Amino acid sequence: MTVRERLRQNISAAFYQHGLLCASYPVPIILFTSASILTCCYPLLKLPLPGTGPVEFTTSVRDYSIPSHEPQGDLGERPEWYRGPPVAYIQQVLVKAAVSPWDNTLVPVDAFRSPLGRVFNLLEEIRNHVYTDRSLEALCLQVTDLLPGLRRMQAVLPEHGCLLISPGNYWQNRRDLFDSDPDLLKTIQQHEPKGLHTSATLRDLLFGVPGKHTGVSLYNRKRVVTYTITIALSGYDARFLGSLRTRLKQLHPSVNCSLREDHMVHVHFKEEIGIAELIPLVTTYIILFAYIYFSTRKIDMVKSKWGLALAAVVTVLSSLLMSVGLCTLFGLTPTLNGGEIFPYLVVVIGLENVLVLTKSVVSTPVDLEVKLRIAQGLSSESWSIMKNMATELVIILIGYFTLVPAIQEFCLFAVVGLVSDFFLQMFFFTTVLSIDIRRMELADLNRRLPAEAGMPPPKPGPLRPRETPPPPRPSPHTITLQAPAFRNLRLPKRLRVVYFLARTRLAQRIIMAGTVIWIGILVYTDPAGLRTYLAAQVSEQSPLGDAGLPPHLGVAPVFPGGDPTSTLSVLPAPEPTPLPENQSQGYGAPRPGLATTAGPQISWGPEDEEGWRQLSFRHWPSLFSYYNITLAKRYISILPVIPVSLHLSPQEAIETRHPQDPRHPPPPSPKTTDLQTDLTLYKVAALGLAAGVLLVLLLFCLYRVLCPRNYGQNGVQHGRRRRGDLPCDDYGYSPPVSEISPLLLRGHSMDIECLASDGMLLASCCLAGQIRVWDAQTGDCLTVIPNHGLRRSSSSSGWEHRDGWDLAGVCDADYLLGSDGQDAGLGAGMADGEPPSQTQPGSGFDFGGLVEKAYQEHEASPPLPFPPSPPASQQRRRSLGDQPVLPPERPLPGPSDWDSSVWAMELRGNLIAAGRSSGKLELWDAVEGSLRCSNEDGSSGITALAFLNNRIVAARLNGSLDFFTVDINKPLGLLQYRGPPGRGSLPPSPCYSSEDVISCQLTRSVQCAHQKPITVLKAAAGRVVTGSQDHTVRVYRLEDSCCLFTLQGHSGGITAIYIDQTMVLASGGQDGAICLWDVLTGSRVSHVYGHRGDVTSLVCTTSCVISSGLDDLICIWDRCTGIKLYSIQQEVGCGASLGVISESLLVTGGQGCVSFWDLNFGDLLQTVYLGQNSEGQGVRQLLVLDNAAIVCDFGSELSLVYVPSVLEKLD
Amino acid sequence: MPRLEEHCWSCSCSTNVKSKDLSSASWIASKLSEMMSILTSMLSHVYRSLYSVHSTNLIRRGLVLFTVGVLLALVLNLLQIQRNVTLFPEGVMDTLFSSAWWIPLCCGTAAAVVGLLYPFLDSHLGEPHKFKREWASVMRCIAVFVGINHASAKLDFANNVQLSLTLAALSLGLWWTFDRSRSGFGLGLTTALLATLVAQFLVYNGIYQYTSPDFLYVRSWLPCIFFSGGVTVGNIGRQLAMGSNEKPHND
Repeated sequence: MTVRERLRQNISAAFYQHGLLCASYPVPIILFTSASILTCCYPLLKLPLPGTGPVEFTTSVRDYSIPSHEPQGDLGERPEWYRGPPVAYIQQVLVKAAVSPWDNTLVPVDAFRSPLGRVFNLLEEIRNHVYTDRSLEALCLQVTDLLPGLRRMQAVLPEHGCLLISPGNYWQNRRDLFDSDPDLLKTIQQHEPKGLHTSATLRDLLFGVPGKHTGVSLYNRKRVVTYTITIALSGYDARFLGSLRTRLKQLHPSVNCSLREDHMVHVHFKEEIGIAELIPLVTTYIILFAYIYFSTRKIDMVKSKWGLALAAVVTVLSSLLMSVGLCTLFGLTPTLNGGEIFPYLVVVIGLENVLVLTKSVVSTPVDLEVKLRIAQGLSSESWSIMKNMATELVIILIGYFTLVPAIQEFCLFAVVGLVSDFFLQMFFFTTVLSIDIRRMELADLNRRLPAEAGMPPPKPGPLRPRETPPPPRPSPHTITLQAPAFRNLRLPKRLRVVYFLARTRLAQRIIMAGTVIWIGILVYTDPAGLRTYLAAQVSEQSPLGDAGLPPHLGVAPVFPGGDPTSTLSVLPAPEPTPLPENQSQGYGAPRPGLATTAGPQISWGPEDEEGWRQLSFRHWPSLFSYYNITLAKRYISILPVIPVSLHLSPQEAIETRHPQDPRHPPPPSPKTTDLQTDLTLYKVAALGLAAGVLLVLLLFCLYRVLCPRNYGQNGVQHGRRRRGDLPCDDYGYSPPVSEISPLLLRGHSMDIECLASDGMLLASCCLAGQIRVWDAQTGDCLTVIPNHGLRRSSSSSGWEHRDGWDLAGVCDADYLLGSDGQDAGLGAGMADGEPPSQTQPGSGFDFGGLVEKAYQEHEASPPLPFPPSPPASQQRRRSLGDQPVLPPERPLPGPSDWDSSVWAMELRGNLIAAGRSSGKLELWDAVEGSLRCSNEDGSSGITALAFLNNRIVAARLNGSLDFFTVDINKPLGLLQYRGPPGRGSLPPSPCYSSEDVISCQLTRSVQCAHQKPITVLKAAAGRVVTGSQDHTVRVYRLEDSCCLFTLQGHSGGITAIYIDQTMVLASGGQDGAICLWDVLTGSRVSHVYGHRGDVTSLVCTTSCVISSGLDDLICIWDRCTGIKLYSIQQEVGCGASLGVISESLLVTGGQGCVSFWDLNFGDLLQTVYLGQNSEGQGVRQLLVLDNAAIVCDFGSELSLVYVPSVLEKLD
Repeated sequence: MPRLEEHCWSCSCSTNVKSKDLSSASWIASKLSEMMSILTSMLSHVYRSLYSVHSTNLIRRGLVLFTVGVLLALVLNLLQIQRNVTLFPEGVMDTLFSSAWWIPLCCGTAAAVVGLLYPFLDSHLGEPHKFKREWASVMRCIAVFVGINHASAKLDFANNVQLSLTLAALSLGLWWTFDRSRSGFGLGLTTALLATLVAQFLVYNGIYQYTSPDFLYVRSWLPCIFFSGGVTVGNIGRQLAMGSNEKPHND
């Protein structure tokens, strides 16, 4: 035993044990797996969420120098983007102003008018500040025009000069305008955009703090106004800024301010994502979804397909999460864009193993215990799973040695992902599978019970079906049918999905949960939302809580625990406001409640330190974009704020008051602050609603994509794929298995052309013109009616010899020898029944050269093929009593009949009606093989025949329609048939006694029934329906051959018609259209286009219409609505062969096989192979007999297939 | 709006450069496809007349492959453009479609030809491709192909040799994972060689030139991309030929 073999055995043994374990303790194992997934994913919590937010880097102010352009070696902490000078340095002067002490004589406007007014003094101060010889003008960022299209802001934003913005911009930095402004709030509000704003508004830009925090409102209980003066500097001059800082602090000292001033923050902005960037990403995701779809579609034979598919996807996804989590745990920081590599990781890890596992487990014998099945399935696939995994690992390891950092990282993730995927497959998925299979068995059992109860004897007990032999690899000739009750219980897949959704209210719940989560996220992350509110609350309670902050190092705690070098994008990072410290270190500072009496207090908290963080992260990009400066992939440096506290006296406030201020109407109640919160609420509600609607639409689209209407094709797909090795597999569980062995009916020498049956007998006619009659029950050949005309071909003599059925052949040969030279003219003359001159030489012999040659050959060796020779035949003739009949009979048609072939054939009772190409109608006795009568009123070939009761309708090539009546009478006064003597010795036959003289009388001939050849003729329920190439369908009454309707509606020749006892009429044409008609009124019920090319056959059941076309597609339509339910792809050339056995069982022919389909779902039930040598021969015709047998022809052979269980059902 | 205009302003020049460079690469594929299509038109004509039943099927497959080729060309173009252009201004889509509108078409034609050639060759050689014949595997293959393109566009390699080697390894891995047939390898190799040769030919004749200075960069990934593209399209073509009865899935 090689090492490999041993390894293989060991692996499979280990897997077996593992399978037993998993199936035995499903719940603990699932719990364990979930716990381990959660553990491994725990480190992910620390990772910032992916997004396109800016990233930050903090350096110390003291030894700051402009980073060089060249990448430097060891400065590992520095992010890659931190090179070169920033776009701008942002210096903010944070002003907090309050009128204190607050006087009750003051009006609300006073709370912000005079504090705002002080901005102009400050501006003046800043503008005029000079250090040594440098002024602000030299340092600041000079901006040019605003972008065209921003005319609206032209009055407000600075142009052609320093980018210096403050609330003063509302009044063009002019004090007089401010003083004369009667309503400040209105001025501020008029620039606000209407509706929802998404990014920074002008108010945010000018005030530099979020709108709520400005305190510029009539309802500001704190009465502290906060705003900033923002200066954008193009260069950094530490001394100038230092002096400005000291100057301002000196002028306006902030008493209790302990803001840290030693850090500057560099903010790097990501590229902005546009639609074009998203296209490749979306493409990869589409491919990913297609992959998942095509993969999970293959899961079948399980209880809950969707559940397992979900489990498979969960397995892969959580293994990915685990891999990222583990990598993070061990110190590797993901630097790749997670969203971009995610699809590739999924594709690399793949769903294959999961599917292989499922397939292998469900193909184990059903009668085994569940855990044994799981174990067997696992162990049988163990080797391939291990091998695949080893291969993938090796490939990925090769990738690891490409030494490209990104690829290495990808490979690392992939390797860890693969391993964790394996782990999850083994523990999670296997267990889920075992639960699923157990559920299926239970459900199976429950469902079966009623059906079993109704079933008579064969099963000993309800448990029996589980112990039935396993279906996966049955002998090729078994059919699997379900008990009818069970079948009725199974709804179409689409409906089942809908019912499932309806039952569980899944969609609603998902939408609800999604909306709740979404709203939660929105509220939490919204800049004006809950988080900032909470932070504000906390800081309000402990205004001086910053003492508890951990000391800032070189890195701002933007990413708690994370690496600041991460380029993974971040959402607006949470501000470093450690709540517990704040609360524990409460300074007992004045509460807001106190402020109303004791006057507003200006307090400086840690949130003021980096107040810009509370702004939208689009704040800076939008500010710069107004001046056509992009921040994408660049960074700005934000310098520590300069805190300025302004305490104004009430007198000052009153002095600056505008005359209109006191008369200011008592402000409309919740004007600004409440409006703000309300707006947030509305925003959340509206967006939540929108998200819900979107989700519904998305789900709908997904459903439409995932569940197309043509389910049948799916069934065909796997049916086709497995044909040959696994002929029966779909519902391996429930069904009673019964053996089907097709009977092969051999005998025809050439391809079979016509098939007819009346349930008891079966008549077939081959290209050689030979008609054979078979017993439909046993498959015995009862009679052979040879066609003497074509018997001459030497190839056809073989079977005669082999068969030993020589009588007819000999008769034929005799006759042939005698009549070979019949004259055409003579024949025509003899058409009225003159006995032929058997000795006529071949003067008018007009056969083709080939036939002549064969004929001569035959003549040369006449006795050879017929060893039993004339005496026996003579004897037989005599004994049968048809000796006198035959000779006068045969020559009747004349020589033109020699090569006339049978174009149409019908069988009723024991009479075979055969229509020949010569236009002759013959009635043969099926049992004896004798010609009972013939009629040759028409000369045009009979293309179709219908035989109903005692009437025969023949459609002719020239478009005429002949109605014949078959009379069973005394042989008197017959036109064409002269009853020969000596018939009395014939044995009686069931239907038409042989004693009866049968006559076939033309009752009516409709000369121009159709303009063009009649192609189809069907009769049922007293109606005869003809279809012709002239695009019309005509309905005749059988009794009086009266044309009832001419149905027009096709745009091509009619190729198929179906009519049955219930007067259902369907027609199909060359245009691929199918029409359903009301036979009583002649109106068209529905009209559908179903095929490319001709419709070749049509069958209706009570609920659906089944059509097949030249495109080898079988379509199943809903009869009422005309909606295509699904379609089945047939093999090439077998499209026309189909039949309906029962209401729900469809038979179709294939290459050497017939397939049984469940009509309700389009699922392949079974494929029966007809014979060894029939492979490659397509079934061209298929006839369903009354006794639930199927006759199909392939080539020169017939095959009789019994479907016993259906017979049982029909009974 | 102002932001977008600003992007326009900042990125338009580099976009033009890149797209020309790019279009040259794909244009080559197209030229190749034209030649191949002339070559194969007769073949396919004979084939069609022989199997008239299959002709509609063939046309349908061709159409599907064409669509796939066009879509892939567009997406991969975008990927390559993205390599240096950080931000798409509004106009980039227009330039993409106006300056090189025929490139995706030609790529589509090439895809159709190659995708039809693969099954044809299989049937001709008498060794039908049985390895992993299912749509899921095809999807995987496409995803990996896009991934290779993504890697070539997005990753920064130390030098072009490394890029070439990495891409070659990836392409071979693709072939080994999804194809493993000699004919597939041969045809892929032929496609790659021919396409690269045509590319060079066109560049030397000045019909199109790489305006990008890193011409070597383009040349180093071109053959590998062509190879893996050929294998991928062949994979799709085979699946279509095999499961032509199924509803074709084109993404």
